[in-house]
Amino acid sequence: MRKAKYGVLGLVGLAVSLMILPTTSSADETNWGKYQNGDRRSGYTYAAKETRNIQDDDFANPASIWLDQGETLWSKVDGEAGKSCASCHKGADSMAGVGTRYPKYDFKTKKLINLEQQINTCRKDRMKAKPYKYESSQLLSMTIFVRAQSRDMKMNVAIDGNAAPFFAKGKEFFEERRGQLDMSCKNCHEDNPGNMARANLLSEGQGNGFPTYRLKWQKPGSIHRRFRGCNKNVRAKPFAYGSDEYNNLELYVAWRGRGLPVETPAVRN
Amino acid sequence: MAAKARVKAPKKVKAGEIFQVKSLISHKMETGQRKNKKTGKKIPRLIINKFACTYNGKEVFTSDWHPAVSANPYMSFYVKAVASGTLDMSWTDDAGKVVKKSAKITVT
Amino acid sequence: MVRKIEMQPVHRRDVLKFAGVGAVAGLMTTLLPNLAKADAAKTAAAIQKAAGGKKPMDGKITLELPQIAENGNTVPIGVSVDSPMTDSDYVKAVHIFADKNPSPDVAVFRFTPGSGKASASTRMRMAKTQNIVAVAEMSDGSVYMAKTEVKVTIGGCGG
Repeated sequence: MRKAKYGVLGLVGLAVSLMILPTTSSADETNWGKYQNGDRRSGYTYAAKETRNIQDDDFANPASIWLDQGETLWSKVDGEAGKSCASCHKGADSMAGVGTRYPKYDFKTKKLINLEQQINTCRKDRMKAKPYKYESSQLLSMTIFVRAQSRDMKMNVAIDGNAAPFFAKGKEFFEERRGQLDMSCKNCHEDNPGNMARANLLSEGQGNGFPTYRLKWQKPGSIHRRFRGCNKNVRAKPFAYGSDEYNNLELYVAWRGRGLPVETPAVRN
Repeated sequence: MAAKARVKAPKKVKAGEIFQVKSLISHKMETGQRKNKKTGKKIPRLIINKFACTYNGKEVFTSDWHPAVSANPYMSFYVKAVASGTLDMSWTDDAGKVVKKSAKITVT
Repeated sequence: MVRKIEMQPVHRRDVLKFAGVGAVAGLMTTLLPNLAKADAAKTAAAIQKAAGGKKPMDGKITLELPQIAENGNTVPIGVSVDSPMTDSDYVKAVHIFADKNPSPDVAVFRFTPGSGKASASTRMRMAKTQNIVAVAEMSDGSVYMAKTEVKVTIGGCGG
């Protein structure tokens, strides 16, 4: 039984790998400026010129609508404590740098917390307000708004000390094969960026632009949504939004993109 | 989230100058082709079908939109600076709902 | 990867290019007779209506479109028509069609002399590789047309 299983998977794996064809593309330009750090490149550098143009135009970027909403929510009083984010944090510029450091170790829960969860923790504990539902338009707007305050600042997450064991788990997840197609994140995003998987150009799977406006989704989405999509693509059962597995993976992905600029809200395919 | 619009136009222009106006509105632009995954029934069409821009009350540019216009529609066009005043933009959907947004312009 | 197609004047290479497209379209019509004919007929009818029954001329229109659309959901399109845009000589409307979409109509841009420039851009949905056609109605009753093909690929890993 086991032998047969590997046989079939072997064939499928081979078939899929044969479809990963090398190609020269617009992604082969050599000087990407801030979008490149050493041998690491932002997803921006793998996108088509028209897509990059949409991201570069702050006005025309469709995610700017959610950014505007985030700005409104920042000053909106909500919850029984009668506070808004602005009540404690004052101006949005107080959030500069915050977006470069998440996910991080949370002393209260003794595990990683990502930016979405940090926003909800503040709402629950300090504002005595109902947490926003994951992937709701409000949480996306707030996460985009907070992270956008770190635009162009370099990704810089901590992977040592308390974060170390979670980082190790995230790395393990990234390298572990899963799903019916028996593929790992590494197979595409570390071993084959710049190559084609059928009609898709593979990127390095960086997370520096999330929440991102994906043309496919026609709205912004969180990195956990992207993880779920990728897992479903290899016919693996996706984990829950805000799960420990995805937080650990998010930390590893953030470390992989160290030195790349925060591009939130980015525009990708 | 209710449809939210934003517009961008220069604040100051010289008389006779032709300037660009950009607009963006959040809207699903439901084509009527998609099916509800659970019921299998087609999700009814609901799109913004008309965009209009008036300049001090006079219509200067309009556009008819069909389901082939992307979600969160972006529209940019040009206007010739004549007199100081307002550019009033409106988006009307299939149900007759209207969203409005304006930009003030000073012509020197 | 943005390609500006200027239709004035028509070069030999353009004629050959469109002949090539025509040949492929012709081949497709024979392979999928019913489907292709229905698309072509619908689009032809829409173009006819926009042109008010007149025969469109080449020239004056510049279409800005990518050669390959990264995602068919959101394809940026820009159109410009060469015109002085005066009260007596201006572009009344530009109709945009996608000849293999479920319905060929995409948008109509209605200009006035107050526009200053007959130029507009938006983003459209394209169901598959097809031609984008622009039909411009001028204030003097003349009609112009331009056409260009945009390739649309479906994703690879479903991602």
